[in-house]
Amino acid sequence: MKKFLALLVSLLMVLTLLVGCGGGGGGEEAGGDEGGAEEGALKVGLITLHDENSTYDKNFLDAFNASCEKLGVEAIIETNVPEGQECYDKAMDLVDKGCKIIFADSFGHEDFMIQAAKEATDVQFCHATGVKAHTEGLDNYHNAFAAIYEGRYLAGVVAGMKLNELKEAGKLKGAAPKMGYVGAFTYNEVVSGYTSFYLGAKSVCPDVTMDVTFTGSWYDETAEKEGANKLIQNGADLISQHADSFGAPTACEAAGVPNVSYNGSTKAQGPNTYLVSSRINWSPYYEYAIGQVQSGGAIDADWTGTLETGSVELLELGDVIAEGTQEKLDEVTAGLKDGSIHVFDTSTFTIKGEALKDGFEADVDSDPEYKADTPAVSDGYFHESEYRSAPYFPTADPVDGISLLDTAF
Amino acid sequence: MDNKKKEPLIHITRRKNISRGKEWAIRLGAILAALVVCGIITTLTTHLNPFSVYGAMWDGSFGSERKMWALSKELSILLMISVALAPSFKMKFWNLGGEGQVLAGVLATSACMITLGSKMGNGALILLSLVAALIAGAVWAFIPAFFRAKWNTNETLFTLMMNYVAMQIVAYFIIKWESPKGSGKVGIINSSTEAGWLPYLGGKQYLLVVIVAVIVTVLMYIYLKYSKQGYELTVVGESENTARYVGINVGKVIMRTLVVTGLVCGLVGFLLVSATDHTITTTLAGGRGFLGVMVAWLAHFNPIGMILSGLLIVFMSRGASEISTAFGLNRSFGDIITGIILFFVIGSEFFINYQIHFRKSGKEAADA
Repeated sequence: MKKFLALLVSLLMVLTLLVGCGGGGGGEEAGGDEGGAEEGALKVGLITLHDENSTYDKNFLDAFNASCEKLGVEAIIETNVPEGQECYDKAMDLVDKGCKIIFADSFGHEDFMIQAAKEATDVQFCHATGVKAHTEGLDNYHNAFAAIYEGRYLAGVVAGMKLNELKEAGKLKGAAPKMGYVGAFTYNEVVSGYTSFYLGAKSVCPDVTMDVTFTGSWYDETAEKEGANKLIQNGADLISQHADSFGAPTACEAAGVPNVSYNGSTKAQGPNTYLVSSRINWSPYYEYAIGQVQSGGAIDADWTGTLETGSVELLELGDVIAEGTQEKLDEVTAGLKDGSIHVFDTSTFTIKGEALKDGFEADVDSDPEYKADTPAVSDGYFHESEYRSAPYFPTADPVDGISLLDTAF
Repeated sequence: MDNKKKEPLIHITRRKNISRGKEWAIRLGAILAALVVCGIITTLTTHLNPFSVYGAMWDGSFGSERKMWALSKELSILLMISVALAPSFKMKFWNLGGEGQVLAGVLATSACMITLGSKMGNGALILLSLVAALIAGAVWAFIPAFFRAKWNTNETLFTLMMNYVAMQIVAYFIIKWESPKGSGKVGIINSSTEAGWLPYLGGKQYLLVVIVAVIVTVLMYIYLKYSKQGYELTVVGESENTARYVGINVGKVIMRTLVVTGLVCGLVGFLLVSATDHTITTTLAGGRGFLGVMVAWLAHFNPIGMILSGLLIVFMSRGASEISTAFGLNRSFGDIITGIILFFVIGSEFFINYQIHFRKSGKEAADA
């Protein structure tokens, strides 16, 4: 045992020696590598679920790095943080490192961010995609999302135009145009996404229907590919997806079925089938929130980016889009911006044969019973992402014209 | 030896006796050699000063009080899993099911906390969760042991498959308990009432886990080294036929040992939900059921030695994460460094067990 202790001590000494050298030799260099921020610059932290190899996280990382560089603040990034206690540990570690504002990118981080926010009350915690800021009542905990349903709607318009083209050319698989959608979970965000996509397509191609299947995972390349293939075999003329991998785009390219992508262009994966992609640009939010900390202002409990703020983006159009798509897009975009078009216009869709009426309630506040608690329909449309930033379009029954092939998840 | 044939350039013999000092000298030498190799690779691929990289690794574990607590927690959990697996492996029962056995405990604890959170007092709930977790872990380990004892099934595959079964059951219940609906996440369980949460001793959340880990490690050391049961499982591990010859009921020892393993794994599952993470995910065990095997082997199944091998693994893992934050490198780079160091450490065991002889010159050979 004595020997063991002696060895332990000597091991520690060797390591300490190494650190000693390290501190003197390379400490300055380490600081210099972090993006040219000046001495004493504001420190800003980001926690991500995976790293840049995931398209979802890459979207956050790129925006974060760009925003920090633009604002001249020091970025400290913790990647590969699982949705558990480690998220809290890493958040508090960022607090220890001197961060005054800390962002996290994954839904499952929320509870652990709240836990950290309760402890470090002088630091701002901003959680993307979360749902609890408006009910938690903490001054330093905030949620953010974007009105991505507008982007999906526009992507739907592109899809609808393509279907019209196929119809005119007599290339539809069935009598009426049919789309397929690979979803992740039967979660509000996904439901809001595929519903707005469908309504966008329907606005230019009124007889379209859509099948939806769920993979039960936010990222599962094999399941997404299989889901897309299943939908194609089921007679889908066009595929879109919520999930982030290249599974669906590659399946579409192999089968020669047009694809509407999400989170990033997949033109490289499907040069002959890629139509368009929509995504959330997080830079406007990062710039807003960091700016508020710099100026000492308060950050909104819920912040929803829009087409106006530049948070909702439509990415490059593919080579195989229908003629006149760009003109139509410009028209619809202008309509969405000036409020003459609403994505969830209650006169354009029905659920179980009935239109949503004024005063229809949605489940906006998170509670274990999933009670609808907030009137969300007024002035003839469903007010998505207004009463909290994350979508809350009802999940119970799909909009007529959409059929769910499975609801296991 | 036939002197007419040419002696091979290298030949290897098994070492009969090696002093403790020499053993550790080889290990330390291996670590130093690994650090040199890592340093070269770091300089060549990233153009960073390797010493500042090592400094960041050190910071990842010891940079602040909070990090030291996080290190202690990680080490405690990994140590307990390794300690749990030690009797199985000492018995040469290839238990790759630590992951599933921990998850069984996680599931049982979560089930108690979620369904009974508002129905009973905190003390009773914690006790019930603990008992449920212990039973769940033990049952999960007992099943493959029973099949092995009765029908001599392959325990490696069986325990491995039990991991996936456990994971799927957990996935099923996550969908059942998810909040909000459709999100596929449970979030923090009983976050407002803290029902079923273990208390924070002295305001330190992880202190209790560390204390439990120390107790479990010491108890397992005593169990393996001084108890009759510990002796029996060692005999079974060395030779089942010998064990049978001296009158040991091999099947019974296998089942009993796996129940011991399962109990400790269940305890870890309980601590993960009730003391540290307060949530349930399919990845809560986080591969530690497999890492624990390596920790146990590196320490030759000596629970006290596992503190050191476990520390090495946790230190490397936290260091890898810190490197990626400090230098904006991908996490994979830290994993490469970890891999190289582990390769050397595991490789050093070869040089401890075997000696390499180079072909001697003619004169020396004559002398010998």
